[in-house]
Amino acid sequence: MINDIWILATASLVAAACALVGVFLILRRQALMGDAISHSVLLGIVLAYLITDSRALPIMLGGAVIIGLLTAWLSDTLNRVGKLQNDASIGIVFTLFFAIGVILVSLYAGQIDLDQECVLYGEIAFIPFDTLHIGGGKNLDDGFEIGPRAFWAIAVVFIIVLISIIVAFNRLQTVAFHPKLALSLGINIVFWHYFLMTLVSMTTVASFDAVGAILVVALLVIPASSAYLIAKSLKAMLWSAVAYSQASVAIGYTLAYQLDSSISASIAVSAGILLCLTVALLEIKKQRQRATATAQ
Amino acid sequence: MEGFSLFPPPSFWENWLHFWRFEDMNVLWVLMGSVLLGMSASVIGGFAFLRKRALIGDALAHAALPGVMMAFLLFQTRDPLIIFIGALCSSFLGFFLIDWLPKNTKIKADAALAITLSFFFAIGLMLLSFIQGMDVNNKSGLDKILFGQAAAMTEGDIKLLGYVTIFILITVVLFFQKFRLIAFNQAYARTLGIAVNRYELLLALLIVMSVVVGLQLVGVVLMAAILLTPIAAARYWSNQLAHILIIASLLGALSALISTQISYLAPAMPTGPWMVVSLSVLFILSLLFAPQKGLIKQHLNYKRLRQKVAEENILRTLYKLHERHQFSRHHFTQADIQSFRSMPSSCLQSTLKKLNRQGLVQSSSQGTTLTQAGLKKATQLTRRHRLWENYLNEQAQLSPEQVHQHAERIEHILTDAQEVQLQQELRNSQQDPHGNQIPGATLSKEGGGKN
Repeated sequence: MINDIWILATASLVAAACALVGVFLILRRQALMGDAISHSVLLGIVLAYLITDSRALPIMLGGAVIIGLLTAWLSDTLNRVGKLQNDASIGIVFTLFFAIGVILVSLYAGQIDLDQECVLYGEIAFIPFDTLHIGGGKNLDDGFEIGPRAFWAIAVVFIIVLISIIVAFNRLQTVAFHPKLALSLGINIVFWHYFLMTLVSMTTVASFDAVGAILVVALLVIPASSAYLIAKSLKAMLWSAVAYSQASVAIGYTLAYQLDSSISASIAVSAGILLCLTVALLEIKKQRQRATATAQ
Repeated sequence: MEGFSLFPPPSFWENWLHFWRFEDMNVLWVLMGSVLLGMSASVIGGFAFLRKRALIGDALAHAALPGVMMAFLLFQTRDPLIIFIGALCSSFLGFFLIDWLPKNTKIKADAALAITLSFFFAIGLMLLSFIQGMDVNNKSGLDKILFGQAAAMTEGDIKLLGYVTIFILITVVLFFQKFRLIAFNQAYARTLGIAVNRYELLLALLIVMSVVVGLQLVGVVLMAAILLTPIAAARYWSNQLAHILIIASLLGALSALISTQISYLAPAMPTGPWMVVSLSVLFILSLLFAPQKGLIKQHLNYKRLRQKVAEENILRTLYKLHERHQFSRHHFTQADIQSFRSMPSSCLQSTLKKLNRQGLVQSSSQGTTLTQAGLKKATQLTRRHRLWENYLNEQAQLSPEQVHQHAERIEHILTDAQEVQLQQELRNSQQDPHGNQIPGATLSKEGGGKN
């Protein structure tokens, strides 16, 4: 029972953090960048682990952020210097990084507790067994168990994302909706671009244990897109994206329980189903409006 | 370093020789299959690239996953054809969703791609985990299509792969003209009466087919690179679409060759990632070393042009100094030159040295002077500069203050023929808008010096 609560808490934090970051990805038309970074983060995690031999959160976050920013920068450079289309340069960079990541995982399969499957699904069901102990050798209680590692990772990242959005709300809003205005106001667009990429990298790495490298794309893009369809302001969009994400966690968890399928995949599928419902409702509304317009 | 003991040196070579002697017929088949796949995927990816949908392969490959799982669930068989048809259906569904979403909702094209990709993939994974919980036969190899495993391919898989890839290649060759026209100029193709929509659909079908058929070998996740990277690399080698496509297919085939070998030598390795890595290496090599459009060549060209411009600027400055002194004084110091054209002393000295070596200027203790050849060249440059100023002033109605900057750039690249043409256009005018004499043509007459 307590395990279920930990799983649900982790899942809803992952979904909420992804939804918040995803809103800005959708608004900045960087959905593909989210896809790219979530793939290349794998390389960051594997490299960080192989180099430092530790799974401490700051190291994982650091590795992921470095590789995430490298992905963003390399695709940008390839786009400018190599004169390649934007999406093509993104595609070339992230597939290479991801491929190297997978090769490293299969080369050092014995040493890393990652396998190819876990890269794809994540292992949210096993999260409660990998717990964090506080103050093992320090002055606090000896090895006091405070809950799953993955939960605290995503909790830290969620708080970072939340604080960034609250503090930099106006800046992010201007950059997201009107980059040219932001430029003329003297806002450093490049900085905010890479700032967003940093948030994306941190969110994906913290979600990695829970949902894996690819399903995190679903959580980044789908709830935010649903919110984009119905919201009228940035604040409303952020709130509704979070609401969508929490609804998908609830539905997905039930679905997974009923069908005995992967929890993370079910959550992503329910996010997609909610998006389909939203689109369908909007279509019906549109058609009804058209009908009344022709009737008049 | 446990991983590297997988292929210690001696047995590595033995294995390698074994591979190339094709003692194992299966190896030959897998090799041929992957080479064919590499070729057809690169060619068809070329058209996706030209239609500015470089990442469509990524989305379609992910979208094929639920189809594979559905087909397995419904028919409980791993028959390649049934799996292929299932994947084809769901991939096509994904294709239409990617098309439909941006047209009918506020969702943008890139988001539509990411949504389709992740949604279908999630459905596929959900079904896969559902199947793995079920009690059915031969479900074990299903997850191999995530990363691809050449060694796990059956004879049926390879046969299907061969048929489909050959079909794709033949279709592309047959309709090459039409595909090319549609890729570059859809509106024009329409006015010619080509049924663009039908060919678009055919192209979509070919893309979906090549993605789906490659899943066994390359895997869902990295299929994007097989369509995209070869064409991106080949683009640096030529400007002709036919050549680009041929080069892309060669690159695709080469990477397939390399990765199949690795997969054979180290069976634990997934094939797809190695194919992507070898393709990326080929891409980086092309990006750097391609003869015309490679970065190194371009950098050299740029440097050469800069050098030429710097040299010509100094020649022209020397000419102006001559002109200022009514061609009576011949030696000028570096300070004189710098008073006309500000440039760092180090750059000036190195450029002067180069000019000296070419015999265009002569430096002595008194200063620098133009040689006969140098004067000729300087006169020609000045002439082009002033002709162009005049031309802009007369024909483009630019004021005399505006024309100098333009002329400063164009003087380096005007050709002899253009110079004659300019002269004719301007009816042999003698002065530029600033009132300076346009020195006489040095092409026919000898020497521009009027001292």
